[in-house]
Amino acid sequence: MTFQESAHIALQDTQLRHNIGNATRAIRAKRNHVVAELPDWQELREAGRALKERVLRHLDHYLVQFEQAVQGNGGHVHWARDAAEANRVVVELVRATGVDEVVKSKSLTTEETRLNEALEENGIRPRETDLAQLIIQLGRDKPSHVLVPAIHKNRAEIRELFKRELGIEDLSDDPAELAEAARRHLRDRFLHARVGISGGNFGVAETGTIALFESEGNGRMCTTLPDTLITVLGIEKLIPTWQDFEVYLQLLPRSSTAERMNPYNSFWTGVHEGDGPREFHLVLVDNGRTNVLADEIGRQALNCIRCSACMNFCPVYERTGGHAYNSVYPGPIGAILTPQLEGLDRAGSLPYASSLCGACYDACPVKIDIPQVLVHLRREVVKSEGLDPEHAAMRAMANVFSSRRRYELAQRLARAGQWPLARHGVIQHLPGALSGWTATRDMLPVPKQSFRDWWRQR
Amino acid sequence: MSQAREEILGRIRTALRDVPDHEAPGDVRVERAYRRGSNESAEALVARFVERVADYRAEVERVPGASLGEAVARACERHGARRLVVPENVPAAARPEGLDLIPDDGLTHAELDAVDGVITGCAVAIADTGTIALDGAGDQGRRALTLVPDLHVCIVPGSRIVASVPEATARLSDAVTAQRPITLISGPSATSDIELRRVEGVHGPRRLVVLVVE
Ligand code: SF4
Repeated sequence: MTFQESAHIALQDTQLRHNIGNATRAIRAKRNHVVAELPDWQELREAGRALKERVLRHLDHYLVQFEQAVQGNGGHVHWARDAAEANRVVVELVRATGVDEVVKSKSLTTEETRLNEALEENGIRPRETDLAQLIIQLGRDKPSHVLVPAIHKNRAEIRELFKRELGIEDLSDDPAELAEAARRHLRDRFLHARVGISGGNFGVAETGTIALFESEGNGRMCTTLPDTLITVLGIEKLIPTWQDFEVYLQLLPRSSTAERMNPYNSFWTGVHEGDGPREFHLVLVDNGRTNVLADEIGRQALNCIRCSACMNFCPVYERTGGHAYNSVYPGPIGAILTPQLEGLDRAGSLPYASSLCGACYDACPVKIDIPQVLVHLRREVVKSEGLDPEHAAMRAMANVFSSRRRYELAQRLARAGQWPLARHGVIQHLPGALSGWTATRDMLPVPKQSFRDWWRQR
Repeated sequence: MSQAREEILGRIRTALRDVPDHEAPGDVRVERAYRRGSNESAEALVARFVERVADYRAEVERVPGASLGEAVARACERHGARRLVVPENVPAAARPEGLDLIPDDGLTHAELDAVDGVITGCAVAIADTGTIALDGAGDQGRRALTLVPDLHVCIVPGSRIVASVPEATARLSDAVTAQRPITLISGPSATSDIELRRVEGVHGPRRLVVLVVE
């Protein structure tokens, strides 16, 4: 299904729209408040962006350094070219321990590789332990938001689900009581778990340290209590040094949950005698990331630290919700990351899932220019579909001129040299039916500042 | 070395064809123009730290060194905690009479689950964010101690409070080099997964009591 088709269905669902709308509005307000507290927010963003650029431009160097550090700390490193290989590695590792159940903390990378299905096919039961993830797993549902995956479910629905799936007779729909039910359900499993599987937010190339940021403590449970810990990490998640956490510990929590700091940040450096797992395995996953890396404009999507700010600020996401994107990474980042990871032929409609309003770019703590990548990908989609680019641009133009707001946006993009028809801020020729006009004259250059912008500033 | 490894590294090198051979990682400029320190008074730091810890719905109290034991006892009583595990180097002043204090001589997870709480020190605390950092040193113990029991009483000497995140990460870097695990704690365990309503105590400790000793 294309984004347009599923978005259409999602738009009919008023309950979903209500839940998502409430959630994103609440997070936006809180986030603006905690971000305003830091006078050096822009400087932090710039450092966060630059550090990621440094890593990506030298990813081979940093990965080898990281591998050596993890091994030096007593960990084992495995490499996986694609999802199937990553799952195979994890299944083998779990098999070697002889257990048939694992506890799992939330991990987008393993959602991307569909690890749970692979484990189940091999007779291993994955227990999701994040509350939202548990709600999704019990409901055989799909996450709708990176940060609050079950945001589309209200308390009454969760109560019914728990009563049915956990066999609890007497349960109110009070969130505290629902959380308590989940705690009781999982406690024993944590205490006796022999294998834990986790994702990670960052890997430190210099020291081999892995970081996991969370709120509930289930991540700490999964990474601390079992004998064996398997961490699955995308190869782009590296940062150069421990010191760099001075940047990301400020950027990520405030952008993500709109808190000054999330309740728990765990850092482990291989195995440590007398504290935590005795065996540590790290699985480094490519699964399309090197394709993204190869695109000089699209590459910046790998800066993403999965904070979800861009979706909370996106007017399209607010109305459609995450399911419409049919992608592990929804919202604006999903619109640029998924088509690059999976190929334009599979997810080519996603770059159109945006109004190009630029709110995502302003929100992004690592300054990913999402609108720029969107426009770039749209051009690629058009090329790959063998459509006459001018024909497609014409369709887009019709769209643009149909609303004043979009027209202004197009002007802004043209000024930035990003509009597909603009060269150096000048629209040199109009396509199709309008081409007769520009054949003999250049269209008026787009002024540096539009009249409206100028007027607003007066 | 594995074939997958060689192939991925090869793909990366091909993907990065636009990066000139002579460019070193350090050549990619990183501007660190953000704040790294501050010259606030100790009093200002303590006040901000206390205010921000309270924002997380943790219980926080300033106590003179001489009455630390009483404050610990009061906190435990408030929460009905009688049996508490205590890492080796927690000072005597923080071990009041009348409580059942258990040393960690390799308690099993089930045994830890059966105690009511834990009393620890802390490595460093951050005023800007109301965060305490544990680095596995002798007064903090292994990670499971502050994870499984329901109540965490954390003693923060005023001198360990720094203003900002950069100062805290700098202080923790020796622990990282020594391969010790680090945990930053900002309030009790919490979730907002159900209709964004905040609920405390999902899997980690439900109660966090922070005692700032002056
Ligand atoms: S693209 Fe930026 S704003 Fe969106 S999730 Fe990633 S880091 Fe956050």
